[in-house]
Amino acid sequence: MKITADVPSPLTALDRPNSYIGRAVPRPNLARMTQGRAQYVSDVVLPRMAHVTFLRSPYAHARIVKIDKSAAEKARGVVAVVTGTELSEVITPWVGVLSHLKGIKSAPQHAIAVDRACWQGEAVCAVVARTRAEAEDACELIDIEYEELTPVTDPETALAPKTPVIHPELGDNLTFERTLDVGEVDKAFAESDAVVEATFLFGRHTGVTNEPRAIVADWNPGEQRLTVYQGTQAPHMMQNLFAKHLGLEEHQVRVLTKDVGGSFGIKVHTYADEMATVALSKLLKRPVKFVADRIESFVTDIHARDHRVKGKIGVKKDGTITAFEIDDLTGIGPYSVYPRTSGIEANQVVNLVGGPYQCPNYRARARVVFQNKNVMCQYRAVGHPIATGVTEGLVDLAAAKIGIDPAELRRKNLYPDDGYPATAASGLKFEKLSHHASLDKILSMMEYEALCAERDAKRKEGIYRGIGLASFIEVTNPSAAFYGVGGARISSQDGATVRLDATGAIFIHSGVTEQGQGAEAVLAQCVASSFGVPIERVRVVTGDTDNVPYGGGTWASRAAGIGGEAAWQAGKALRQNVLAAAASILQAQPEGLDIVNGIVVDKGTTRERITLDEVARICYFRPDTLPPGFQAELMATRHYVPRAWPFAFTNGIQASYLEVDTDTGFVKLLKHWCVEDCGTVINPQLVDEQIRGGIVQGLGGALFEHCLYDERGQMLNGNMADYLVPMAVEMPDIEIGHVVTPTADSELGAKGAGEAGTAGAPAAVMNAINDALRPLGAKPLTAMPFTPGVILRAIGKV
Amino acid sequence: MNAFCDISLTVNGERVNERVEARKSLVDFLREDLTLTGSHVGCEHGVCGACTVRVDGEIVRGCLMLAVQCDGASVETIEGVSDSGEIADLQEAFQQRNALQCGFCTPGMLLTAQALLRNGSVPSREDIREHISGNYCRCTGYHAIVDAVTAVAQARAGGRK
Ligand code: FES
Ligand code: FES
Repeated sequence: MKITADVPSPLTALDRPNSYIGRAVPRPNLARMTQGRAQYVSDVVLPRMAHVTFLRSPYAHARIVKIDKSAAEKARGVVAVVTGTELSEVITPWVGVLSHLKGIKSAPQHAIAVDRACWQGEAVCAVVARTRAEAEDACELIDIEYEELTPVTDPETALAPKTPVIHPELGDNLTFERTLDVGEVDKAFAESDAVVEATFLFGRHTGVTNEPRAIVADWNPGEQRLTVYQGTQAPHMMQNLFAKHLGLEEHQVRVLTKDVGGSFGIKVHTYADEMATVALSKLLKRPVKFVADRIESFVTDIHARDHRVKGKIGVKKDGTITAFEIDDLTGIGPYSVYPRTSGIEANQVVNLVGGPYQCPNYRARARVVFQNKNVMCQYRAVGHPIATGVTEGLVDLAAAKIGIDPAELRRKNLYPDDGYPATAASGLKFEKLSHHASLDKILSMMEYEALCAERDAKRKEGIYRGIGLASFIEVTNPSAAFYGVGGARISSQDGATVRLDATGAIFIHSGVTEQGQGAEAVLAQCVASSFGVPIERVRVVTGDTDNVPYGGGTWASRAAGIGGEAAWQAGKALRQNVLAAAASILQAQPEGLDIVNGIVVDKGTTRERITLDEVARICYFRPDTLPPGFQAELMATRHYVPRAWPFAFTNGIQASYLEVDTDTGFVKLLKHWCVEDCGTVINPQLVDEQIRGGIVQGLGGALFEHCLYDERGQMLNGNMADYLVPMAVEMPDIEIGHVVTPTADSELGAKGAGEAGTAGAPAAVMNAINDALRPLGAKPLTAMPFTPGVILRAIGKV
Repeated sequence: MNAFCDISLTVNGERVNERVEARKSLVDFLREDLTLTGSHVGCEHGVCGACTVRVDGEIVRGCLMLAVQCDGASVETIEGVSDSGEIADLQEAFQQRNALQCGFCTPGMLLTAQALLRNGSVPSREDIREHISGNYCRCTGYHAIVDAVTAVAQARAGGRK
């Protein structure tokens, strides 16, 4: 194993002999993945397995008058044709609300639409056949009579009296509203030297995981058990939901998550078609497989980000920010998504606007409204790119207005690095952040002054380049404050079970899951270090509700900070157990022994006492030779959840350098930088690549990605050719730097790193584009994505 | 709709005689009939590159080609080039550089990269970016992939000298 980079560990607790913390250990699963030997759910095949295809509503809003399925039922290969009404005999509907989001409301959602379809793409009938192709053929033979209803598509008019109410029983189209008024906002604006207002628009976009959603459900009536192979980020959550809505006990359901071809938050939700697949398996008593095709992905994978935010900032001549005010409006489709709700993103925007800056005056309103489009919910860096876009956009506009360098304005207002703990105006509590160290670091990485000079020189040649900065904070390691307090059965704690095998190697079973982030490598690093074995001797098991400790899975950047800490603690506990066994064999004191590199040694020296395989051999096969009354415990479990702080806030800053072609409107990204403080860096390579991948998703949002709908609620670009995502040639090289401020809430001190890239990139690009266009007198661009047409219009070329 | 054809071809050097539906794509044939699941399906309309395989030495999109079109052809998939050792250095570089996260794009990406490097050239980072731009990677941000391909190109060139 070649370790490609090291970051010295900052904590003494981590200075164990042969520690892997801070080292770029390669992931254990890469060899099979590069050989085409991974197993994704889309690869799973079971005996007697049938395939389901869903006939989906062509209308955004329509009453289902009649379904004639007789021809389809006779088609070749067809096992069953099932309507929503028929399926509702097997599975109950659900409502996506949480009690801590006060007033949030939604309507019951069915696995397959009953009587009415509420978005284009909602499943209205299922065909199960021997092959997917046969199921698709039969779908074409189903005759459905619809009565088209008026669709509600524009969030701006969703609450108008003339607009139809999508769920009349709810009274109006308002899902959720939150307001906040802190400090003296009006007074602060009145006392400002300049007040800047802008309306920021964020396009609706979606995750586009390379592997579409996939599930194989296998109800076995013989053992009254349901086994589900699912590409999910939260196996235990899904186990609970399948059981609950199929009328089973949790122990009757096993969820297995093998390799997952991309998730990004898309695969942490409850999808009606996946619930339907599970119900169909129960109904038909055989395995049923559903793999979304790409069009289905576009019209049913959750969308995110569709926000209109009116923002306002006040600033004094000396650069002091006096107040922030926002009014956020977002449309979420016809249902709040279960069980995490579609109110979290807007809530997060209210929480995070103004986040990095010391400013006591803040007023916010967020309204979340229903509409007849695909559902919206949490996607990577929930709410962060919106909050950062608004905050950093306003900060740059203010800097331009009073004629101060944007870096300088940030330096003046960012929370001081020695001013923690601190409480933001929105109420967020920060344990310890490092905005100034991060700002200084990125300015030196990008050689800020030289870069500004280069930009200015190019301008004289008629080449329009811009520099954009974006500071941000990021919510990671969520405790029960995120979902648990709202009544959702989503575990915020996670566990790890560590076991010494009979040859002296280590097994670790963990509740967090692997979707490519490298969670399994991080778990192995933690246990190898705290227990004391070479990492090659650690085998990691995740993604199986029958065989791993109950936990939350991998989302909100919790795998390393929560799953890793549990693994670290479990490794320590097992070390104590094994040392007790070794001591009893050696007739020594456990305190005088340690485990280094897989060998029990005298503590503090490298004098070898006994190998682990010998300890295991004696304990497992010759316990008769151990002293009477001594029982070796060669397995240990530990759980962890942050307690002192509800979240580990991380911080960072990004910078974009780009060139705008004023003839074509194309933006060429020249270089991108990010400095992130995610606390203890367990594996520098994995952290850097998480950030890079996240940045590119953020760049996609800024420049390309947009789910386009017409006024009738039809998605216009539901394919990869028309929905643009970043390709290699459009992307810049990305330089990553770190500031390390460990959280004191855990021994490892690791915070999350998965959202940082996506959180800051769009704002950095927006500010860079506006910087580039400012000499042309263009009105600042604040509506993403910044396509060539948008840019040409801004500079008056079209 | 139900026309079947008999085809015979070699897949990863093995002789294969199968009866396939005329409408079946090459990648579905490989994945479903031959259970070679290393080739992936991301879009089924020729955009993402996850289905990239080699037919008679050239990389193609397995979703845009029909299995019947491969009658008499030689098809190579990620499983074949892995077992032959042809791209062992690329695979090693991808692992060392963490040039994959979920790994779903990786088989197609590796075959595409190998097509670029096969003539022994040392392409620039821009050339590499251009060449792999038919292959989506949603996870990595591409930087690590470009690093890995660059490293292999240089090593291969160095190794020849
Ligand atoms: S599956 Fe063939 S290019 Fe996407
Ligand atoms: S590694 Fe996930 S798509 Fe490339």
